[in-house]
Amino acid sequence: MALSEENFAKIQEALVDALGVDDDEVTPEATLVGDLGAESIDFLDIVFRLEKAFGIKIDRGELWPEDILTNVKFVEDGKLNAEGLAELKTRMSFADLSKFEQNPAIQEFGNMLTVQDMANFVDGKMAQA
Amino acid sequence: MRWFWIDRFVEFESGRSATSIKNVALAEEHLHDHFPGYPVMPNSLIVEGLAQTGGMLAAEYHDFKERVILAKISKMTFHGPALPGDQLTYHAEMDDISADGAVTSVTCHIGDRLQAEGQIFFAHVADQVTGKSLFEPGQMIHMMRLLKLYEVGRKPDGSAIMPPAEMT
Repeated sequence: MALSEENFAKIQEALVDALGVDDDEVTPEATLVGDLGAESIDFLDIVFRLEKAFGIKIDRGELWPEDILTNVKFVEDGKLNAEGLAELKTRMSFADLSKFEQNPAIQEFGNMLTVQDMANFVDGKMAQA
Repeated sequence: MRWFWIDRFVEFESGRSATSIKNVALAEEHLHDHFPGYPVMPNSLIVEGLAQTGGMLAAEYHDFKERVILAKISKMTFHGPALPGDQLTYHAEMDDISADGAVTSVTCHIGDRLQAEGQIFFAHVADQVTGKSLFEPGQMIHMMRLLKLYEVGRKPDGSAIMPPAEMT
């Protein structure tokens, strides 16, 4: 699902401000953690900025499902189990999880979420609003 | 705690904005190391004062029940030095506040001159992270009284801010 140019510009601005990166680094394929250097605290900052830019409400854990990744029920040997993956898919329908599924190591999760995933997330929220 | 980098509040509107002052004095020991022969208030401590102003604005909104920590300085620009004898006026405007944290826009003025401006982001730390209370309830109220919060503090409806009943 492609986001309008205007909305993409808003997301770009939020990420440039929150992460101190350049406009041209914020491409749809860029990963938030791996490429743009986001740390966990940045997600709260990003959430505040997206809420303001788009007039939406984002609940805790919606964009970054910390509770799943730290739940002993869902994690075995540092990897998400089948139940955890299923839960993740339900919660994060906006993200392309196919690559993560091949090696669902918790430490790899951060390298999965892309700018496009976030754009899809915002699109979904806007559609609900 | 002696880590007070504001002297007192001069304006405080719950959940909206706070203004505090900090008098820079040559008696402050650190100024003689920063720098020898040319005392300048370190900008890092100005950020701390701005963060204390904004952080208490955020904490008061939640009746001091949340552990508000400085999570991130999203941006900060300094326009000139702060010197002994200067009175710094710190101002924090609440941009956004939620159950997870808060964002404040902050400025530091010396008289009419803008000395610093930026944005500070606060997060709430869960109990299990620290494992113990940061302050005794009475201690927190004592600190707020020292800073004159209850003398100048107002709620948006104009009524006075009172110490939370369970902390007195």
